[in-house]
Amino acid sequence: MIEQNLCLLLVVIPLIAAPVTAMLPAGRTPWFFTLTITWLCFVLSIWQLTIVLDGSTISYELGGWAPPWGIEYHIDALNAFVTLIVSGIAAITLPYALRTVENEIQRRDTSLFYAVFLLCFVGLLGIAQTGDVFNLFVFLEISSLSSYVLIGMGQRRRALTAAYQYLIMGSIGATFLLIGIGLIYAETGTLNMQDLHQRLQPILDHRTVHTGFIFLVVGIALKLALFPLHLWLPNAYKYAPSAISVFLSATATKVAVYVMLRIVFTVFSIDFLKITSTEFIFLMLGAFGVLVASTGAIFHYDIKRILAYSSIAQVSYMVLGMGFASTLGVTATVVHMFNHALMKGALFMAAGAIVLRIGSSKFENIYGIGRQMPWTFAAIFIAGLSLIGIPGTAGFISKWYFMLAALEQQAWLIALVILFGSLLSVVYMWKIFEALFFHRPTNTSPPVSEAPLSLLLPMWTLVLANIYFGINTDLTVSVAETAVRLLGITAYHE
Amino acid sequence: MIDTIIGHYNYWVVILLMMAGFYTVINRGNLIKKIAGLNIFQTSVFLLYISIGYVNEGTTPIIAEGFTRYANPLPHVLILTAIVVGVSTTALGLALVVRIKRAYGTIEEDEIHDKDMSL
Repeated sequence: MIEQNLCLLLVVIPLIAAPVTAMLPAGRTPWFFTLTITWLCFVLSIWQLTIVLDGSTISYELGGWAPPWGIEYHIDALNAFVTLIVSGIAAITLPYALRTVENEIQRRDTSLFYAVFLLCFVGLLGIAQTGDVFNLFVFLEISSLSSYVLIGMGQRRRALTAAYQYLIMGSIGATFLLIGIGLIYAETGTLNMQDLHQRLQPILDHRTVHTGFIFLVVGIALKLALFPLHLWLPNAYKYAPSAISVFLSATATKVAVYVMLRIVFTVFSIDFLKITSTEFIFLMLGAFGVLVASTGAIFHYDIKRILAYSSIAQVSYMVLGMGFASTLGVTATVVHMFNHALMKGALFMAAGAIVLRIGSSKFENIYGIGRQMPWTFAAIFIAGLSLIGIPGTAGFISKWYFMLAALEQQAWLIALVILFGSLLSVVYMWKIFEALFFHRPTNTSPPVSEAPLSLLLPMWTLVLANIYFGINTDLTVSVAETAVRLLGITAYHE
Repeated sequence: MIDTIIGHYNYWVVILLMMAGFYTVINRGNLIKKIAGLNIFQTSVFLLYISIGYVNEGTTPIIAEGFTRYANPLPHVLILTAIVVGVSTTALGLALVVRIKRAYGTIEEDEIHDKDMSL
């Protein structure tokens, strides 16, 4: 009974829980309720992944309307994997959220805060679960609108302008997506992804299809902060409440990358990508994104802002992987989606712990803090090594696959960009290490204590996961390979 | 040639509105005008969808004696959802503008930028 409705339950449970949370009395009750819901979804998403791990698919007809007329949830390894990332990060963020939210959000707003958090969660889960492009647009807007609210709840007034800027850019992106969906609907008369794929193949040379494709890709590129459409991201992640920085940086852009994979490879096809030379555009934008964003990170003196720029660079790596349009390249993208969620989650958690103790993430206020908060600093150090791609950490596995994909196609320049990007990440991570540990503490500030256990435990869970998935790659790589095979991507041949 | 231009006049209106709205969003520094531009931009997409659903000589999609050609109701239903999304985006955007006005005392983009930099 539960197993048959698993993929719908994952969306319906948090959707119903959100208004309930809004009505709960302020304080710790809404937090505990949200915690239960996210852990429940986490368990369900693991269950769902075990069903589709062998390469099978689940097809769920909403309301008993057979696809392509009704909305279909079509779950394969990729959907289940993205759902696992979103619900896993939410489940690990919630224990962390308790103290930081008490510190940053007024007590009377807590019920609403957690209700909006659940809405954002349901939006991201819905995007990952649905098999219908218009349904995808609706879930995208649910998650976007709620993330504007969450970012706007930051303490500083600049959180408001950051949220406003994100709202304008995000709405333009969503509207572009809507235009694209309208144009391909006009050509095919269907909205179901599998059905769209069938009907688009004979008419891939139509101009309307090409125009629709461009609108879709630009719209999604805005959502995933692909260079040069990334300008909304640094402020949004910098001024958001700490728990929201963690959650959004680890999930939102990853889900957007998933949408790009789905639209490009499932709705259109890898042949279409090659006919239109989109793969070349992905390679170029990815390479420039890595270089520009990593260089940008070096010139900032604020942990959260450096991490935000680093997020743009890491998303560019994922787009780069798609640009290879080969099994290895897209496998690297899918593996990196997971690994990046682990490392960026841990890093933003550590940054949030420093904000909790000091009230700022600017370098001038936190010199030498690493010695007073050794566990937090150690977490930043290990997760930082993972971000750089040191062997023995999860980041190394992703970088390894990106390099393999580049070398397979003898794309020497791209391989050089990947290496140089890692070098730049050494520079900006070293700046953080130096400021936190080696720099002389500013005398004016009184000594602070280590972050509370409720922050350290989730942080260190993610740090240990970084090490575990750097040594045992069975889960990530096998899921990614199954997912890539189902996307219809073949190995690269000269 | 003339027929194509006149025959597709609804699409020309869509393009005109789309460009006008998009230009306003990008070009205007006033936060409320930006939201108004975004609204026009979104409305043009609603018109596009409604135009797509039209069938030549089709009537309202209600089953009745003597009518065999119906307009496609699906795009119209889709756009009802998109209108709801558009209304919520506008409401949220305006709410943010109210908060920004309280925090900064202005809703001009360049003045807000100056105030942030002067800190």
